[in-house]
Order: sequence, then C-alpha cells, then structure tokens
Amino acid sequence: MINLREVVETNEMITKENLDVRTITLGISLLDCIDSDLKRLNEKIYQKIYEASRDLVETGEKIARDFGIPIVNKRISVTPIALIGGAACRTEEDYVAIAKTLDKVAHEVGVNFIGGYSALVCKGMTPADELLIRSIPKALAVTERVCSSVNLGSTKTGINMDAVKLMGEIVKETAEYTKENDSLGCAKLVVFCNAPDDNPFMAGAFHGVTEADKIINVGVSGPGVVKTALTKVRGENFEVLCETIKKTAFKVTRVGQLVAQEASRRLGVPFGIVDLSLAPTPAIGDSVADILCEIGLEYAGAPGTTAALALLNDQVKKGGVMASSYVGGLSGAFIPVSEDQGMINAVEAGALTLEKLEAMTCVCSVGLDMVVVPGETSAATISGMIADEMAIGMVNQKTTAVRVIPAIGKKVGDTVEFGGLLGHAPVMAVNPYSCEAFVNRGGRIPAPIHSFKN
Amino acid sequence: MKNTIITVVGKDTVGIIARVCTYLAENQINIEDISQTIVQGYFNMMMIVDTSASEKHFGTIVEDLHSLGEEIGVEIKAQKEEIFDKMHRI
Repeated sequence: MINLREVVETNEMITKENLDVRTITLGISLLDCIDSDLKRLNEKIYQKIYEASRDLVETGEKIARDFGIPIVNKRISVTPIALIGGAACRTEEDYVAIAKTLDKVAHEVGVNFIGGYSALVCKGMTPADELLIRSIPKALAVTERVCSSVNLGSTKTGINMDAVKLMGEIVKETAEYTKENDSLGCAKLVVFCNAPDDNPFMAGAFHGVTEADKIINVGVSGPGVVKTALTKVRGENFEVLCETIKKTAFKVTRVGQLVAQEASRRLGVPFGIVDLSLAPTPAIGDSVADILCEIGLEYAGAPGTTAALALLNDQVKKGGVMASSYVGGLSGAFIPVSEDQGMINAVEAGALTLEKLEAMTCVCSVGLDMVVVPGETSAATISGMIADEMAIGMVNQKTTAVRVIPAIGKKVGDTVEFGGLLGHAPVMAVNPYSCEAFVNRGGRIPAPIHSFKN
Repeated sequence: MKNTIITVVGKDTVGIIARVCTYLAENQINIEDISQTIVQGYFNMMMIVDTSASEKHFGTIVEDLHSLGEEIGVEIKAQKEEIFDKMHRI
C-alpha cells in the first residue's frame, strides 16, 4: 500500500516543483474530409474536428481534478493541410479559409492551439504544398490558435533546399505580417528535419498520414522536479548524477502514461505515445537551463554545456522509456530560449550565443527554438540557419527544428514580449556574413551515405 | 474500484482530524487507513478512503474538502490513488 512519504513526494513535485502534464493532444485525421469543393471541405473539416474533440477539454479537466495533477494544455493536431486542401484550393486565400475554419473550431471546443497547417516537402513540393507554404504568413496573421509547420528534410531524402530558401522568405514575411505584436506569428511556425508523425507539442504538432483516424498523444514536463532531485546530489560523481536523473524521469513519465491511458479510455480514442520530454516554461524553477547549472555550469552556454545536455537528454530517455508502453514524438530536453528563464539569463549575461545553441541542438530535442534575432536579418541568412539545423538532423538521424523570430524593428539588446507560455526573449546576435550564394543554388542536398541501410 | 487518497497539509491546530472525519462520515466515505507525521514543522496527514458508497460525485468531494481546508486554514486534497501507485510502483 502507498505510504505517506510517497504521497508527500508526489504532491511536492506538483505544488513546489511545477510537475505537470504539458499537453494532451488529440490527433485527428482529416483525410476523409477531402473534397474538391472548398465550402464543403471547410464544413467537413469543422464537423469532423468538432465531433471528435468537443469533450476533450472537459475530459482533460476532469482527469486533472481526479489525480490532482495540472494538465496545462489541451490541443488538437490534424493531417497536414497541404494534403487536405490540395483538391480544393486554387489560391493562397483558399488555404487561408481553411486556417480560419481550424481557428474557429479551436475556439469552439476550447483548445489553445491547433496544429497541422503543414506541408511535408522533404524531397519535393507539389503545387498544393507551395501554395500552402506561401499562404502561411497571412494564415498566421488572421488566426489566433493555428500553428504551422513544414518538414524540409530527412535522413532518407536529404534536404529540399528550394523549400529551405522559400521558408527563409516565409519566416520574414510572417514576421512582417505580425510586426505589431513583436512578430508573434513566427512563434507559431516551425520547420523540421525528420518531423515525427505523432508529436504532441506545438508549434510542430501534426497528425501524420500513417496514424489512425484519431489518437491521443501526451507530452509530460518536469524540469523543476529534476532540478530539485539534483540539488540533493551536489558534488557526487556522474554515475550518481545520471541515476538520479533517470529515476526522476521515470516518475515524471509515469504520470504522463497514467494521464494518457485515462484520456484514451474516457474519450474512447486509442493511446498513441507519451513524449518523454523536459519542457520548460517561463515560470521560475521550471527551467532546463537551471538543470544544466545544477549539473555544474555557471550559465547554460559555458564550456561543458553540450556534454551536460547530452547526458541529461540521454538519461531522460532511459528513465522515461520504461515508464511508458509507447514513446514517441520529440522525446528529450527542449531548449527554447524565450520559454526558459535560465536560458534568457544566459543570453543576457553573454554566456549563450546562437553558435553554442546550435551545438547544443546536436544532442537534444529539438533545435533552435524560440530564438529572437534582429528584424533586419535577411531571408537568406534565416535560410542558412535553417539549412545548418536541417543538416544536423539529417546527418545525426534525429529530429531538428527551427523556430526563429526576426522581430521587426528590434535590434540586438532589445527584448520582445510574447506573453503566456511563449515568454519573453532578448534579441540575439546573428553572424553578419552572407550565405546568399549558397542558398540561391537551388535543388536539394542528397541524403547522407549512412541513410542507405537497405 | 480504486481508493482515494486524502492529504491534509498545514499548521497543526485542534480538531483537524475531527472535522475531516465528520465530513467523511456524513457522506458515507469509509476510512481504510490513516497516518500522519510532522515534516519541516508542518502537519502532514494522509487517509486512504473508499468513496464508492458516497452519493456525491468525486468532483464535489474534491471541492468540499478544499473548502473545508480553507475554513480550517490547511490544505486538503483528494486524489485518486492511481497517480501515486503509478509513480512509486512498477
């Protein structure tokens, strides 16, 4: 039987160390909504999402109440809209109409984000893919809750450099369209290499075409819990350090598994995966950077940061994998800048640069995330940053992503404020030298030799 | 039917257990186990209870106990046992 000490430990994780379930994400396939008539398509999309998800928020709240564990977000991911709209959309405006439908149904059922305004173009773009991509700036400006993602490369296909070039321009344009709000649109837009089909986290969640009609995916969080556990083993060797992280990750992930199974049972939707994640928030103490400091660094970004992050990421997976029957998504420590007070402090102290962040993305999920750069950064430079990150993902057979915000009108040293979970961030310096001739070559970078495993 | 864990955390005062037990008795909630300790100067009590005979919805019990806690000046939670079981037992 459970004892008092264990009960107190769990509840302290929840009340003092910000343990929560970050998101229950309901994946919904829209493949059966495809129609060549735009009006009918929009009606079918609305109907399918509404029917599937009208009980999602209430069920999430009941689970939270029954177990006394906060479930921060209830979200929806759908089949990449480039595929769904292909038969009906002739103009960018047609795609924007679908974005508005998604936004409307998201408001109606009460979820805070809906992901899947997406295109998968890792090898090539169809006209529909390109149309959707070109509609992203407008779609993100006229909607509130729609999130967009584009898969630009994979280990198996290489990197679609035409799409990388285009996305540099789209990111800039999205920033311009939402410049009144510190270019907030870019916070809802992410590009990937090796994008997973079952990611529950925004902005990159979409419901892959290999998935079932509906599925429940859950993302857990608990940087504060890991940090607190590590304060008790200060000065101990790496074995003790790693064991402590592993055990803590196990406990955190078990909560995610429980919530995922309950949500699946109560909604009558199959359980997909638990994403073994350490996802920070701007709340004090809910920081991955603070864990790195607890491991022994003065600031995130100091020499040793990549090694510390590598071990953290690995132990989180090792602990989490036994705690859940199915794992997937992005799984690992997230290192967004604006959503993590420790990361913000490191940038402001001059300890963390974009180049060091890039190195860190080699060993963790996901990539350059919520990084704010000067508004005058050129589209080609953003494409160059994207290409670098895609190359890391492609060669290391892992997911990498870029969610970069060129804040219009802002310079290095300024701060932008997104509010809520998205936090605030200092504008970071970008390498000023040009990569334009590289980006303008066009075509695609071939898949690496070690991808040929057949 | 899984049990429910009720926890009471706060400064020790006279009659905490009496007030909680009265509420449980009035609502046909059976106490199966009870333990308490003082952690860092704070009163920590845990009850394992069975709510299956109660006519009240679980959500109402959670809210009632929360309000009772506010009245007494302690924090009272009711949570389904599975969260602790899952976390601490393989």
